[in-house]
Amino acid sequence: MDFPYIVEPRRDTGLYNAKLGIWLFLASEVMLFGALFSAYVLLRVGAEPGMWPHGWLNVYIGTANTIVLITSSITTVMAWVSCKLRQYGRFKFFHALTILLAMTFVCIKSYEYHDKFMHYEITLANGKFADGHLIERSKDFDLARQTGSVTIHGHEVDQEVELMDMQRPEARHIQLEEITIPATEIKKMERYGPWHHTYLAIYFTLTGLHAFHVICGAVVIGFLWGPGSKMWHTDPERFTNRIEVSGLFWHFVDLVWIFLFPVLYLL
Amino acid sequence: MNNSMTMNGGHSPEEVHSVRGYIFVFIALLAGTILTVWASFIQFGSREINIAVALTIACVKAFLVAGYFMHLISERKMIYLVLGFTALFFAGLMGLTIWSTSPEGMVHIQHVP
Amino acid sequence: MSAYLNKFPPQRDDDHAHEHSHHDPGFWRTWIFSPDHKVIGIQYGLTSLCFMLFGFFLMLLMRWQISKPGVPIPVFGPLLEKALGSAAPHGALSPDLYNSFGAMHGTIMVFLAVVPLAFVAFSNFVIPLQIGAPDMAFPRLNMASYQAFVIGGVIMLTSFFIPGGAAQAGWTSYSPLATMIPTDGQIFWLVGMVFIITSGLLSAVNFIATIIQLRAPGMTWMRLPFFCWAQFVTSFLILLAFPPLEAAAVMQLMDKVAHTSFFLPTGLAVGGQLANVSGGGSPLLWQHLFWFLGHPEVYVLILPAMGIACEIIANNTRKPIWGYKSLVYSALAIGFLSFLVWAHHMYLTGMGTKVAVFFQTTTMIISIPSVIILTCFLISLWGSSIRFNTPMLFALAFLPMFGLGGLTGLPLGFNISDVHLHDTYYIIAHFHYVVAPGTIFALFAGIYYWFPKMTGRMMNEFWGRVHFWGSLIFMNVIFMPMFAQGMAGMLRRMADGGANYSAAVNSKAGADVIGGLSNNIMELHTWILWGACVLGLVQIPFIINFFWSIQHGKKVDSGNPWNATTLDWQTATPPPHTNFPVAPRVYRGPYEYSVPGHDTDFTPQNEPPK
Repeated sequence: MDFPYIVEPRRDTGLYNAKLGIWLFLASEVMLFGALFSAYVLLRVGAEPGMWPHGWLNVYIGTANTIVLITSSITTVMAWVSCKLRQYGRFKFFHALTILLAMTFVCIKSYEYHDKFMHYEITLANGKFADGHLIERSKDFDLARQTGSVTIHGHEVDQEVELMDMQRPEARHIQLEEITIPATEIKKMERYGPWHHTYLAIYFTLTGLHAFHVICGAVVIGFLWGPGSKMWHTDPERFTNRIEVSGLFWHFVDLVWIFLFPVLYLL
Repeated sequence: MNNSMTMNGGHSPEEVHSVRGYIFVFIALLAGTILTVWASFIQFGSREINIAVALTIACVKAFLVAGYFMHLISERKMIYLVLGFTALFFAGLMGLTIWSTSPEGMVHIQHVP
Repeated sequence: MSAYLNKFPPQRDDDHAHEHSHHDPGFWRTWIFSPDHKVIGIQYGLTSLCFMLFGFFLMLLMRWQISKPGVPIPVFGPLLEKALGSAAPHGALSPDLYNSFGAMHGTIMVFLAVVPLAFVAFSNFVIPLQIGAPDMAFPRLNMASYQAFVIGGVIMLTSFFIPGGAAQAGWTSYSPLATMIPTDGQIFWLVGMVFIITSGLLSAVNFIATIIQLRAPGMTWMRLPFFCWAQFVTSFLILLAFPPLEAAAVMQLMDKVAHTSFFLPTGLAVGGQLANVSGGGSPLLWQHLFWFLGHPEVYVLILPAMGIACEIIANNTRKPIWGYKSLVYSALAIGFLSFLVWAHHMYLTGMGTKVAVFFQTTTMIISIPSVIILTCFLISLWGSSIRFNTPMLFALAFLPMFGLGGLTGLPLGFNISDVHLHDTYYIIAHFHYVVAPGTIFALFAGIYYWFPKMTGRMMNEFWGRVHFWGSLIFMNVIFMPMFAQGMAGMLRRMADGGANYSAAVNSKAGADVIGGLSNNIMELHTWILWGACVLGLVQIPFIINFFWSIQHGKKVDSGNPWNATTLDWQTATPPPHTNFPVAPRVYRGPYEYSVPGHDTDFTPQNEPPK
């Protein structure tokens, strides 16, 4: 018995098997990211008034990443069109671009993560807060033994709530300067990792899971670009379908980012 | 059209050659991105309006990607059914969870002094 | 790859020729790394039955502890102490070990035993055969699903042996307890769940795509056997309800490993000290995300069982099932509604009246299609010529047992009575009735029924009946008393079986202490313990029968020993590599038994009309 509908679509559904399969999988992914977005809404709505952060992420970098993904989406479509038109060279060109753009996205994201891990909130002994990026720790710096000092590029505030809304007009006038704080004045020093605030927790989880999907998608497209492209010579229609199916996954990854970007960066 | 030897294998010729359409969608997506960033800097007075504007633009961009890049606009009933139910259950998950944990959905305990 | 690119030689359906065909894959590709749905179905079946036995064994140890707190367990106590050290002091269960057995019994039974058996194993083996397909739509993905399932199971089992022990916060893993218990077992549980969920999702995608795309010509939607409809709806439940739990598991993992506060509220104190976390999280968020799966999960447990029971009842009453359309629409309704009822597991979390009323209403509504399905099966028995073989005995017993379980769920669906019954033994009795003499009976029925299709031999009928009567009687001995215990106020998950509560009563002889448990209630523990032991003993003939019959059971002389109408019985036993030498063509519905004017009392779906 020949295996039906691998390449040609079934008449009543208009689909070949893998296309239905990927859409079903994408439906489950909608529920996965949907649950995380629901968690975001719940955490934000349930936060104490004024204690939900705004403007903690660099909008320009986020915009650049958005443009990177949108461009990778069009290159993905063009790769599929090239396959459909049996233009193997152009397919290779477009999907090479897709993979490069995917790597660019991950690099930019890594830079953003690194930036957050270099950003510290320091609770001072006098009840005030210092906040900024780490420049250096003195060689003898030890918080437990209260020796040495730490130098950050940031500013000091009286209350923690002043660190939350960085989109307010007054925030534009904040002067960042080099501040050296001796260990004896530090009560607590915490970097802007996922443990620092539930906003960061959901930010790292959502973007981390998204980046994982970007990497997996890039690996699959990379495989089809490389060793998997052998099938082009034996069964081009089936290969084109594989490009379409992997492209659908890629577009979904772009779709998630279309919502992630405004929700996490702009609002 | 069912012959697997045809070049298009189930896709209409018009679809395949709508490269111009794809470029148009691409430009629209870029414009939407610039628009949403610009709109986020505008102080509308209440945060809710910013949220509504940003989500609306995101939905339009999502429709463009799903409808044109993912060819949803020319798909048949089967996929629409699957995605329709998914959207419904996602709305249920988010809506009912938030309603249940909102102040109006929870019991209020009065502390008697 | 070669499985489906390889065209089966035409007009040859004897296995002998096939075995000598040129693509002999060898032992590993045939039995371990096989993309053939029949092999994968058997792999899933055997693995899940092993997990079921292990979960049963955990329960036996727990029941001993409940009945005789602190008393060393005979035979296995010293072994436990040797393996787990101070967790099993002097061969008795410490409270922490009891809790971990409780959490793992639930997790293993639900996610590693019943779902893989009822949903994945049976679907894998039967669906392609019943729809006339050569295999599942994505055979290699199928194989990957099984491998992910095994990895998840191994991770779960390994967690028993790490310092601190296995997960101990119930199969429901509520935060903040799950995060704050100082054991890495919780991490193993979460990672194991991610593998198991991924495995389930891939299977669901496979089954849905197969049923939609690979139905043979003439197999319209309304000619599908109800078994396929049931598994189709179940697949959608898995597809759409599991991912939120996966998301929640990732978040709980972040709480544990990265010290985030997704589910940890502000001001959380652990051991009298303020926890060093950011706070701002919500324990209720975990509960909502968990039960969003948790409720559809119970329909995942019951729908396949209903599908199996339907096939066996139709076959052994020699009549069409009454109300096929009602069955199909009810299954669809159950699937849809099951996404909207979940917070009836959360009535005690401080929800307001409007929310409680909403979920109460949807819960009451969903009971209607369940009753319709049961009623259709019962009406199907009317005026029929019942063949009382072992599968039919199990399928018949399924009806009142599931009925009992389902009806006892009604007081739990109402907020007002659930407030009293929540977290008591009443709940344990309710859900075990639906799953144990409910679903598991249907699964036993399915094993006895499809065994000849898998092996070409019948299981022994006498020992099947011993297995049946023993299981039926002793499952009732175990679970019926629990209703009384629950209504008397005995709470779940108490390592001492409620001994402290009973002490409160007995120290004030004659006084009416609220929450105290009388001696009569406590003495039921002994009944339950011995019932569980005998239930275990009665499974031994089943296990022996199963393996013995593979080689020595009565051989079947045709592909259709039960004289059934569905396509799975219209091919050889066991079926050849691509199931059907030629793609079947379907001419009629699935239950054309005793059709007037025909010579035989059954008309197969693919028999051409005269």
